[in-house]
Amino acid sequence: MKKKEIRQFILSFVLALVIYGAIMFAMNSGIINSYWSGILVVACINVVLATSLNLASGYLGQLTLGHAGFMSVGAYISALSSIYLGTPFIISLLIGAVCAAVVGLIIGIPTLRLKGDYLCIITLAFNEIIRVIMLNIGITNGAKGLMGIPMETNFTVVFISAVITIYVIACIVKSRHGRAIISIREDETASELAGIPTSYYKILAFTISAFFAGIAGGLYAHYITILIPKVFDYNKSVEILVMVVLGGLGNLKGSIIAAIVMTILPEYLRAFSDYRMLLYAVVLIAAMILKEKNLVPHLKAKFLKKKDDVEEATE
Amino acid sequence: MQFFATIINGLSTGGMYALVAIGYTMVYGIAKMINFAHGEIIMVGAYITYVVFSLLGMPAFVAIIASIIGCALLGVVTEKVAYKPLRNSGSLAVLITAIGVSYLLQNVFLLIFGSAAITFPSFLPEGQIHLGGLSISYVSALSLCLTLICTVLLLIFINKTRLGKAMRAVSEDKGAAELMGINVNNTISLTFAIGSGLGAIGGIIYGLSYSLINPYLGAMLGIKAFIAAVLGGIGDIKGAMVGGLLIGLAEAFTITFISSTFSDAVVFGILIFILLVKPAGLFGVNVREKV
Amino acid sequence: MTLLKTEGLGIQFGGLKAVDEFNFEIDKNQLFGLIGPNGAGKTTVFNLLTGVYKPTSGQIIFDGKSLLKMSPTQITQYGIARTFQNIRLFKDMSVIDNVKVGLHHSQNYSMFASIIHTPNYYKGEEAIEEMALSLLRVFDLDQFAYVKASNLPYGKQRKLEIARALATSPKLLLLDEPAAGMNPTETAELMETIKIVREKFSIAILLIEHDMKLVMGICEKIAVLNFGTVLAFGSPEEIQNNPDVVAAYLGNEE
Repeated sequence: MKKKEIRQFILSFVLALVIYGAIMFAMNSGIINSYWSGILVVACINVVLATSLNLASGYLGQLTLGHAGFMSVGAYISALSSIYLGTPFIISLLIGAVCAAVVGLIIGIPTLRLKGDYLCIITLAFNEIIRVIMLNIGITNGAKGLMGIPMETNFTVVFISAVITIYVIACIVKSRHGRAIISIREDETASELAGIPTSYYKILAFTISAFFAGIAGGLYAHYITILIPKVFDYNKSVEILVMVVLGGLGNLKGSIIAAIVMTILPEYLRAFSDYRMLLYAVVLIAAMILKEKNLVPHLKAKFLKKKDDVEEATE
Repeated sequence: MQFFATIINGLSTGGMYALVAIGYTMVYGIAKMINFAHGEIIMVGAYITYVVFSLLGMPAFVAIIASIIGCALLGVVTEKVAYKPLRNSGSLAVLITAIGVSYLLQNVFLLIFGSAAITFPSFLPEGQIHLGGLSISYVSALSLCLTLICTVLLLIFINKTRLGKAMRAVSEDKGAAELMGINVNNTISLTFAIGSGLGAIGGIIYGLSYSLINPYLGAMLGIKAFIAAVLGGIGDIKGAMVGGLLIGLAEAFTITFISSTFSDAVVFGILIFILLVKPAGLFGVNVREKV
Repeated sequence: MTLLKTEGLGIQFGGLKAVDEFNFEIDKNQLFGLIGPNGAGKTTVFNLLTGVYKPTSGQIIFDGKSLLKMSPTQITQYGIARTFQNIRLFKDMSVIDNVKVGLHHSQNYSMFASIIHTPNYYKGEEAIEEMALSLLRVFDLDQFAYVKASNLPYGKQRKLEIARALATSPKLLLLDEPAAGMNPTETAELMETIKIVREKFSIAILLIEHDMKLVMGICEKIAVLNFGTVLAFGSPEEIQNNPDVVAAYLGNEE
């Protein structure tokens, strides 16, 4: 088993290096212009968001509608830390992520002790409230936007962050901790009676998910360099959820692909941008009903094939 | 004086929350799901009234009835198309679908009416009822009276009629109810219809009290009403009413005596508090899971 | 040696006493049968013993400790594992992963260790894999190790549930109608397996079963439950000759 895992690890690592090398080459030689480089940075941030949400919603099975809220905590805190404390980029990132995780803990402890669907409503409310707070306290400069954030994020940074996020979540999911988390999704009572401390794992998985959302926020803040509360509204949370649902709940590769496709595709479909949200809604409903009717494997096969074409086109 | 005025204010908004919360609670009781789209159905109710009254020039009572019927139908259709296929799957799938439906309705109305607020027709006469030193606006009075009347009628319906009994049976145990010859599908449809119809009234009260409507109005209203339902004990109609009024009061007092910015945060705090202290809500009983 | 002892155990749902004044004892390594007509409160007793329900009166002493303050998770960790009347597997997980969830506490490598892949992690995972496979072998499930649990045929799902419960290394295993829905051949086979399990793991087993004959065949001691109280308690012979039991349980034959 050890050998097999190490081989797999090296293989994944080489694959990541090749993709990175190819994209960097394309950027430097001008095959990908600076506009598209920017899109790729956003795509990597979205990969971090989607994979981390997948941990909470896909693997743990708890619906979270406040991922954009955690992202905004990470974004604002890391930005403020960079601006006012002058902390180095990586420290700012970590401070922001830890704060997002702490907020996740505060929300998670009262909510996740309970069985039932309280988490989605409480995270939805949280998302609204955090946005209102960011709009109204002085230090964030409200709707005018927090400015003067140093530009630190580049493709290399987001790519490494995405790889680390994917790696960490993949490792957790494969371990005994991950099996405990998945068993809660499958049957919480049975999991409890198999000796799994369910509350602990629910809160832990949710907090880790919030942590990485915080990282994504910090990366975003130091890329866009101006933060406006509206960016982190409910729509952003739903968009991340659509990525996870489209890629498949509990499917890490799916989340990665869906995050990339859903960042790149809208650029091609500018003409239909008014209908984007409508499409998201339809995707959410259709994905669930088709899955119930067992039509997904078939569609997924088709979708994956199409995705390969997209990747070839971008490289 | 300000104190009493705040109470009146709170009860009036609270009445609106209560009407919406009853819809949540009824649907939760029977389908064991949080119908995220309920907030949007209220928004649709407000828009139907606007279209029928302001654009088509019909009398107010026609607009109100059209709105109630329209919402009831929308509720039933939503259930049939989106939720019924998922009746046997996990709560995550149903929740995601409900979010999809909510998002769909919101965005359809954004495409039709745009995101700008529209002036809601004020078909109630301007003016106030004077009670001692207090003055209550017609909207507030109407909101409170409607809430009380609807709750009482609903309680009578559920406890005294055959259909009501069927509803309670289905919410206890779908399988057993079916074996007793109850048409489960029709009963669930009826529940969605009543809940959504009440939502329409809530939407009209919203329009009358705030006089501006936009496609986003259902989102926050929906969350607050849901919190009211949890506060009262989800699944319990009396609880939803009391919860709604309490949330309304809490909000009004925060706005008057602290700041309007924090009213949402206070409501949210109430939710966290109730989940910590008494997750079953004020009137709820702890339901044991069958193992 | 007494392993489990209940004293005046009872629970009320509303006004209804589902279980009342329930007193019994199980010895270490004993095969114990709990029988009684439908609705007698057998599963409720299981739910009380495993902490799913909190008793309204009485005491449960297991291995020298009271279980009243413990959560279901803690009780399982302390040594009581169970199966369910209506099978509750982790359906979308593989057969072996179902067992591995039960083995969760057999290893203690941290989450951090699983991320940086310490030697402890590899050792732990290898141990878990080995234990899981050997458990599956006991139930002849090893060839299905990587099949999705929900794709197993019904009888094998029941066995997998027992394997998962055993994975928590219990001192007492509670089986809730393990033979429900099985044909006579499968049932006989299962009863053999239960005996083997008891010997191999040297644990006590408490069994709920409808089929009187079957329980009489393998259990060393039996408690008969009727209307939430213990009607009779003793060896199979004693139970068979107890007039109360005959009246309550076989009354319809007279």
